[in-house]
Amino acid sequence: MNELLEKLSRARGVAGHESEVRAILREELAAHVEELTVDSIGNLIVRKGRSDAAGTQRVMLAAHMDEVGGMVMRTNADGTVKFRSVGGLDPRILPGKRVTIGAQSVPGVIMRAPHAARSGKRVVPISDLLIDTGGAGGIAPGDMITFESEYEEYGRLLKGKSFDDRVGCFILAELMKGDFPCELVGAFTVQEEIGLRGAGVAAYAVEPDVAVALEGTVADDLPKQDDLSPTTELGKGPSISVMDRSAHADRRLVRILTETATAHNIPWQIKQPGVGGTDVGTIHLAREGVPAVAVAVPCRYIHTPAALMDPADVKSAIELMSKALSGPLARPLGPERSEA
Amino acid sequence: MRALIEELCSVFGPSGQEERIREAISSHLDGLVDEVRTDRLGNLIAVKRPTVSGEGGRRIMLAAHIDEIGVMVTHVDAQGFCRFTTLGGVLINSLIGSRVHFANGVQGAFGMEGSPLARERPTLQKLFLDVGAESREGARVQVGDTAVFRSSFGAVGDRLFAANLDDRIGCAVLIETLRELESSPHEILAVFTVQEEVGARGATTAGYGLEPEVILAIDVTATGDFPQATPMEVALGKGVAIKVMDRRMISHPKVRGWLEDTAQAHDIPYQLEVLEYGSTDASAVQVSRAGVPAGTVSIPCRYVHTPSQVADYNDALGAVRLLVNALSGAYPS
Amino acid sequence: MNSENKAPETDTFSLLKELSEIPGVSGQEDRIRARVCDHLAPLVDELHTDTLGNLTGLRRGHNSSGKRVMLAAHMDEIGLIVTRLEKGFLRFAPVGGVDLGALPAQEVTVHGRSDLPGLIASRPPHVLSMEEREKPFAQADLFIDVGLAADRLAEHVSVGDFISIRRSADSLGNGHATGKAFDNRVSVVVLLQALRILQGRSHGWDVAAVVTVQEEIGLRGAKTATFHVAPDVGIALDVTYAEQPGASPDEALPMGSGPAIGLGPNMHPVLREFLVNAAERDEIPYTNEVLPGNSGTDAWAMQVSQSGIPTALISVPIRNMHTPAETVVLKDIDRSARLLAETICELPDDLSALALDSES
Repeated sequence: MNELLEKLSRARGVAGHESEVRAILREELAAHVEELTVDSIGNLIVRKGRSDAAGTQRVMLAAHMDEVGGMVMRTNADGTVKFRSVGGLDPRILPGKRVTIGAQSVPGVIMRAPHAARSGKRVVPISDLLIDTGGAGGIAPGDMITFESEYEEYGRLLKGKSFDDRVGCFILAELMKGDFPCELVGAFTVQEEIGLRGAGVAAYAVEPDVAVALEGTVADDLPKQDDLSPTTELGKGPSISVMDRSAHADRRLVRILTETATAHNIPWQIKQPGVGGTDVGTIHLAREGVPAVAVAVPCRYIHTPAALMDPADVKSAIELMSKALSGPLARPLGPERSEA
Repeated sequence: MRALIEELCSVFGPSGQEERIREAISSHLDGLVDEVRTDRLGNLIAVKRPTVSGEGGRRIMLAAHIDEIGVMVTHVDAQGFCRFTTLGGVLINSLIGSRVHFANGVQGAFGMEGSPLARERPTLQKLFLDVGAESREGARVQVGDTAVFRSSFGAVGDRLFAANLDDRIGCAVLIETLRELESSPHEILAVFTVQEEVGARGATTAGYGLEPEVILAIDVTATGDFPQATPMEVALGKGVAIKVMDRRMISHPKVRGWLEDTAQAHDIPYQLEVLEYGSTDASAVQVSRAGVPAGTVSIPCRYVHTPSQVADYNDALGAVRLLVNALSGAYPS
Repeated sequence: MNSENKAPETDTFSLLKELSEIPGVSGQEDRIRARVCDHLAPLVDELHTDTLGNLTGLRRGHNSSGKRVMLAAHMDEIGLIVTRLEKGFLRFAPVGGVDLGALPAQEVTVHGRSDLPGLIASRPPHVLSMEEREKPFAQADLFIDVGLAADRLAEHVSVGDFISIRRSADSLGNGHATGKAFDNRVSVVVLLQALRILQGRSHGWDVAAVVTVQEEIGLRGAKTATFHVAPDVGIALDVTYAEQPGASPDEALPMGSGPAIGLGPNMHPVLREFLVNAAERDEIPYTNEVLPGNSGTDAWAMQVSQSGIPTALISVPIRNMHTPAETVVLKDIDRSARLLAETICELPDDLSALALDSES
C-alpha cells in the first residue's frame, strides 16, 4: 500500500531496541518538521508549528515504535537458545514460527518438546520453548528476537509484522507532514509493550495541552457462537477508546472525535471498553494531568507474527485526525459539563 | 450533615464521568472557601487560605474522591442484553440481585447465563445486564455508557445504608469540615478527586499540580466486625479511624501522631487502622514529586465495593471533629 | 542464459528449497509432481505417471539381467482441507498428522480457484479469561482468514479445497536448513542426488525411481506403485525423528549423524547388510534406526506387495516433524544419496545372494 508503512512493518525493534525504527522515521520526517530530538530513553520527539503567540494549543500525538518479541536468555550447549518474551506473547502461537535474532539477523525457528505435542492438554510455557538456530554463532544474551513475516496484501487487507504499532507510527508520520493551526508535537515512543514507559517521559517533557495516542488495536471479529463484542471490527473505521485498563479517555476528546468523524462522513467505532492499554495510561497522568484519548486502527492477530488490517481504516484514521487537528482539537478544551 | 450524605449518595458519578457529582459538591462550597477551580483531569479544587499566621502553618491537601464504582457497557447484543466491564474493584459475587442506574435514567438488572438452580460462581464472562430492551436498537444505552449501583438511601438509628458511602460520606465530611473550620494557620487545599477507584489517578495529577506539604485523604475503610470477617481491629461506631498502614502506604509517623494527639486532646474516640486490602488517594500523593508526608482519616464502612454499604453516622461526625480540631491548630514541628 | 532457461538447480540446498516450497498436500500432488518431473527427466530413460499419481522414472541398468530395484520417496506433505465457510472465515480439518500446536498464527496458502494467502486465526488473548488462555487451542477454536469478505470468499473458495503451509525454506547455522514439507522432500532430493551420482557410474540393475503420493494418509501411493513396478527389491526413503530437547533418546537419532538404516521386521536383513556394507566401505557415517513394528513409511507397504518384496529403509533425521519448522542437516541428505547410489551399484547379479536361508 505504502512504502513507508512497509518499511516500518519490516523494521525490527522490541522494547529497548527501537533504533532501526527511529532511523526510518528521522529520515522520513527531517524535511517536514522544525525540530527533531531523541531523549534519554529513546523517544523521538518531532515538533512543528511552535509559535510564541499566547494561547496556542500544544497537541501531542504519540505512537510507539517498539513491537512485541523476545530476548535471548542464554545459549545451551547443544546450540539451542533459551528466550523470554518482551511484551505480552501468547505462548500458544509460538511453536514452529520463524524468528530473527540479534543485530546480525541470525535466523531460527521456535521449537517445543515433541512430548508436549502429543499430550496437547497443557499450554507449553515460553520458558519451556527453545529456538533452534542450527547452533549458529553470533548470538549473545540480551539479543532481541523478532518475528519474520512479509508485508503483503491478503485479499482486501494488508498483512504484516508489527502493525502494533507501526501503523500508529505511519499515521503520525503522515500527520506531521501536514500543516495545522496548533503546535504539533509527535512523540514516537519506546517501551510501550513493557509498561508504557517511554510515553510518560515524553509527556512530562512535552507538557501538552491534549494528547492522542495512535495505535493498532485488538480486533476480535471472528465468528462466535454467542453474541459477544468483537472489540473492534476491520473495515468499520478507526476505533476510539472510552476506557481501557490503562486510562479513562477524556470525554471531551471522545466527543470531538466522534462529532468530527460524523460531520465528515468518516466511519468510526467505539472500542470495547476495558480491553488492553495504550500510551494514554502514562500520558494522562504526566505532571498535572493531560486530557488524552486513543485512536486506533483495528488489527486482527496483533501480538502474533502477522497481523491483518484494512487499508481503508488507516486512511480513515489519517483523515479523522487531520480534520480534528484542523478544527476543534487545535482549540483549547472547554470545561467539562454534565449533559442536561 | 446527614442530609448532605444522603444528597451526595443520590448523585451519579462513576469513575471517569464525575461531572454531575462535581457540580453537586461545588454548589455546597459557596461561601466556604476562597477559590474553587476544576483541573484538567476533572478534580474539583477548593482553596481556603490561612486565617491566622503562625509557625505551624502548612499547605495541606485534603482529598476525598467523588467517583464511585460502577459498570460500563462493552457490548449490546441483538436481544438488547448488555455485556459490561467493571469500573473499580467491584465484587463480582455481589452483583446478582442488585440494580444499576444509567445517567439517562435507564435501569439495569443483572442476569447470568444458565439455570439459576445450577449456579456456579458468577464471572464477568457469564453476567449480563437487562436494561428492559428487546433489541439492540431498542436499548437506550450504548457501548461506553456507564451505570452506578443504586438502592434507596436508608438509615436504622445511626447506621446509614447506601450503595456509594465510599466515598460520598468522605466528601460530606470534607465539606462539613470546611464549614466548621473557623480559623486555621494552614492553606487548605480541599480536593474532590476523580478516578480514585481506578487507581487514584486524579489524586496523582492534583498532588503534582498543588505541591502540598501534607496530604490527608478522607475515605472509608473496611471493618473486622462481622461474622468471619478478615481479622481487623476497626469496627463500626467505635469512632473515626486513623490509618497506620494499607496495601500501598504507611502513614507518615508525624501525620499519624498529629491526628492521634488531636483526638486524645479533644476526647474524640478513634481507632487505629491497618488495612490489608485497598488504599486511598493519600498513597498516590505521598510519592508525588519529592514526596509528601501522608495520612488518612477513615470512616469505617462494612461491605465496601458492594452495592450495599453500611456506616455509622457518629464515626463520620468524629471524623469532622478530628479534622476541624487538627486543622485549627499548628502542624507539629 | 535468461532465468526461464536456467538449468535445474543441482545444489542440495537450492533443490530442497525449490521442492519444499511447492505445495503438494496428500491428494493434490500435481504441482509438486510436475516440478519433480522436471528434475527427474534428465536422469532417467522413461517416465510414467500412474492412476493414483505416483511418478516413476526408469533408469536402465548396464547389464541385461533385467533385475529392478524400486526406490520410493513420497512427495506429498501434510496439510489442511476446507470444511466450511463461516462469515468470511474458513473452517478446516487436517490432512495427515498435522501438529495442531504449531498451527495458530501460521501462514497458509488456500488452493481455491486461485492460490490465496491466508493465516490461521484465533481469538486474541487480550479478550480471553485466564481460564481460556490456559487451554491449548482446539481445532474448533481456529479459523483461516484470507482477508476476503464473505461473498468474495465464496467466489474463490469452496468446501474441499486443499490448504498448504506457507513457509520459505531458509539456511540456519552449521549447514542446517529449516522449512515446511521437509517430510519428505528431503528424500526426494536424496533420490534425485543419488540418480545424479549414478549417471557417472556403472550399475547392473534397472532403477525404478518412484516418487509416491498419499503417504501421509496411509501409504496409499506406495501400495499401488509397488504392485505396478513389481521390483526385485525395494528401498524406501523417508525422514525420521532427530534428537531435540524433550524427545526420548530411545526414539530419536542425533542431528547430523548420517543416514539411518532401518532395523527390524519391516526390513529384509540381508538387503540391510548391503546398505551397512556400502556405508562401511565408503566410510559414510550412518546410524541404525530400530523399528520394532510398523516403520510408518512406504517400506511398510512395499514389503507385502504381491508375493513380497525384500525391503530396506534409509531415513534422514529431522527435527520438529510435522510442523512448519522442520530442520535438517544438509550433509545428511548428501550422505544418504551417496549411500543409496553405492548400494545400488553393489546389488548382486544373483538374487540368491538375498536368500534368507541359503542352502549350503
